[in-house]
Amino acid sequence: MAATRPRPLSPHLTIWRWGPHMVVSILHRATGAALSIAGLAILTWWLTALSRGADAYATFEKASHHPVGLIILIGLTWSFFQHLLSGIRHLVTDTGAAFELGVNRTFAMLTIVGSIVLTALLWIWFLGYVK
Amino acid sequence: MSIGESSTPLGKVRGLGSAREGGEHWLTERVTSIALLLLGSWFIASLLFLPKLDQATLVEWLHAPSGAIPMALLVIVGFKHGLDGLKVVVDDYVHEPGTNFVINTLLLFLAVAGAAIALYALAMLAFGVAA
Repeated sequence: MAATRPRPLSPHLTIWRWGPHMVVSILHRATGAALSIAGLAILTWWLTALSRGADAYATFEKASHHPVGLIILIGLTWSFFQHLLSGIRHLVTDTGAAFELGVNRTFAMLTIVGSIVLTALLWIWFLGYVK
Repeated sequence: MSIGESSTPLGKVRGLGSAREGGEHWLTERVTSIALLLLGSWFIASLLFLPKLDQATLVEWLHAPSGAIPMALLVIVGFKHGLDGLKVVVDDYVHEPGTNFVINTLLLFLAVAGAAIALYALAMLAFGVAA
């Protein structure tokens, strides 16, 4: 049953002109993978640390306040908002709506602007808290 | 398993396509995404409304049913949606059936184990004597 010759492949990233829709589509997959792997692992670590007392939680807090930890957490927050807004866009297009070029492009750009704004607002608030 | 003249249209397409399945998977992904829209918003809003973000406050939050139950749902639906999403990525890029099966099975085990660990931690928080 194995294919005896390579399957034909469609032209990929190297040939298409970049546009907001393409960026958002790729980001949806990349942020989804990041949330599924790093996001769920950190959520599980966070809940486990909370349940295991002060020492375990101190280790989590130390890691999360480290510059690298902060970059990862801010990156995951942005991934969450980007995937959420892009996901809403997908639910809309699943109904057959918003495929007109202009509308589709506008929605795609709104997900990018929205995810950056929401991430910034949340972290300005968080960092004010932590201090 | 032969496809006879009496097969319905569904019977004829079942097992076809690059992933050999998909309708239920596709719909489940959408339904869990709507659930995560609600649970994710609840999670962010909860963090915003908590008076402090230290361990004592967080433990108290997840000790109460109003915190523990939605968090348990977030863990279960989050791992399910993450697993479903990663399967799409794996099916897109890993075409050899044996390798595809191994990676998807490994991801399934990881997701179930991760969800079990997170739910155990939540159970400790919810049913344990408040830490």
